[in-house]
Amino acid sequence: MNAPAHPSRTLSYAEALREAMALALESDPNVVLMGEDIGVYGGAFQVTGDLIDRFGPDRVMDTPISELGGAGVAVGAALTGLRPIYEFQFSDFAALAMEQIVNQAAKMRFMLGGEASVPLVFRMPSGSGTGAAAQHSQSFEAWFGHVPGLKVVQPSTPYDAKGLLLAALADPDPVIIFEHKLLYKMKGDVPAGHYTIPIGKAEIRREGTDITIIAGAIMVHRALEAAETLAADGISAEVIDLRSVRPIDSATIIASVCKTGRALCVFEGVRTLGLGAEISALIAESDAFDYLEAPIMRLGGAEAPIPYNPDLERAAVPQVDGIERAVRKLVGGEV
Amino acid sequence: MSRAVQVATDNLPFVIRQYAPAQLRAALKKMYLIRRFEEGAEESYARGLIHGTMHLSIGQEASAVASCLELSDQDKITSTHRGHGHCIAKGADVGRMFAEFFGKQTGYCHGRGGSMHIADVKTGNLGANGIVGGGLPIAVGSALTAKRQGKPDVTVCFFGDGANNEGAFHEALNMASVWQLPVVFICENNKYGMSTSVERSTAVARISDRAAAYAMPGETVDGNDFSAVAQAAHTAIARARSGQGPSLIENLTYRIRGHSKSDRNRYRTKDEIESWVAKDPITRFRAQLVSHGILTDADAAALLLEAEAEVAAGIEFAKSSAAPDIADVTRYVHAEDAI
Repeated sequence: MNAPAHPSRTLSYAEALREAMALALESDPNVVLMGEDIGVYGGAFQVTGDLIDRFGPDRVMDTPISELGGAGVAVGAALTGLRPIYEFQFSDFAALAMEQIVNQAAKMRFMLGGEASVPLVFRMPSGSGTGAAAQHSQSFEAWFGHVPGLKVVQPSTPYDAKGLLLAALADPDPVIIFEHKLLYKMKGDVPAGHYTIPIGKAEIRREGTDITIIAGAIMVHRALEAAETLAADGISAEVIDLRSVRPIDSATIIASVCKTGRALCVFEGVRTLGLGAEISALIAESDAFDYLEAPIMRLGGAEAPIPYNPDLERAAVPQVDGIERAVRKLVGGEV
Repeated sequence: MSRAVQVATDNLPFVIRQYAPAQLRAALKKMYLIRRFEEGAEESYARGLIHGTMHLSIGQEASAVASCLELSDQDKITSTHRGHGHCIAKGADVGRMFAEFFGKQTGYCHGRGGSMHIADVKTGNLGANGIVGGGLPIAVGSALTAKRQGKPDVTVCFFGDGANNEGAFHEALNMASVWQLPVVFICENNKYGMSTSVERSTAVARISDRAAAYAMPGETVDGNDFSAVAQAAHTAIARARSGQGPSLIENLTYRIRGHSKSDRNRYRTKDEIESWVAKDPITRFRAQLVSHGILTDADAAALLLEAEAEVAAGIEFAKSSAAPDIADVTRYVHAEDAI
């Protein structure tokens, strides 16, 4: 990690992302932002905000509502020397562009035997909790994490949002950054100036000795809240923020589970065939298996699309109380 | 120039008026090279030297060569699964192409891509593509780079009639027009998307009519007439290069071979195929050059021999090249894996 040399200020997650893009636009004339309504509108979640006023419409480009074409234009531009950041208005809309992301961007370097590079960033507002229902609330980290050639990150703090976006921009290959919509307004310390967070490195957010909770994005905060309550009852939970879905920092996870002897995976994406399954398997295949004192457990999204009704919506993805119950079950059999 | 001489000159075919004899001879040689390359690939496949499949463009050589006549290495093309001709027209080496077909480390993609992914970024070929319509938005992105960076480069986007019904076609043409980008869309209408005819799949009679929906010029030409293809490309490329935006050209042509190696030709008749063999673009172009005194039959025969020798040498190069190392199965996925 490049140590930040500038003083911290308090910024929101959205402001931190905007600052990263502004730095990139200032320092590299080939950086161009593309997406639907990212110009004067400022983006559906006001992430690009006023960047069009500072950098103009040639560098903060509104695209037509053409996700497949827009993503493909970004691929072609990256292939020939620009460094595009393409914003999907909602990660759900990336389904319209799967062809260009999965068949073209991810595979171009490999198919061409290393003779080409596609340095581009796809930004994807993600996750449930906003009442936007089934087509505006999904968590696709595992989908894209399944594709060799893509890198996938999901920052949980403003500091990480800026550092991971700048790392994604510096990467010579396509990177998808999942931005959780409920985190956009979260405030945190963010240094001014340029710094990066290495892609592929998890972060231990809370140290503990009884159980390791591996979580991503908003689930990190729910896990931390649960850990705080559990601590009052004498249960010491370690919380790992995965940060990077592909590549996964298996070393940090395995070392932690060797220490605690228990593992709980908490992700918002649908539980079946999801991130929790992958992490469970990598623990089971590792040296940590011999240290396990309880079965590995997964919490994940329900086997249903995200519902509209707020109570149903809450029930469809892991919440703090569910994490607490799962931990109690694993450490003491007490629910 | 007297009026009589002017009229006589105007009556000459476009290519005879526009290009030097050496350039035209080189173009004929490239068409021979494409034809012989594909025949060589077909034969190698039959002998078990190439696995997988391939999509031959035999009969479509005029479209590839005449469309690339005015392109430099800085100009870009995007190509298709039927892209061998485009690749050679843009300047690729047939030895490295054969090596790729043979899956060798010396191939353009070091054996990772095969027939459907050959690219040669150094000559501006951004690659064939296994996805119908996949190259269309990529070509628009390439043209966006040229415009943003203030370069005069033009991107020529080849695609087939099948791609004109993909959403990517419509999204790409729209964006190219909205942003007035230097891209030329060239539809090689060879009458069939695999087995489904244009008549059965496409609502408009001429694919070039679709240009109107995106406020750009659209033109349909005889894709087996080298001069007609070259003239349409010349106009569209000049337009793109001078900042006037994109064009759509439809080259009417025909693939003499089947769609791929699995094709049993059950959707078309022998008579139809024979009628197009009679319209062979190479035969027509050679006759045109001979009739205008650009070369003799003997010169043409010599060019064909040169092409055959290059193809034979290319196959030998491919055969004698080393295969990739099995341990390198994940190499080239990311930049850091390049070793």
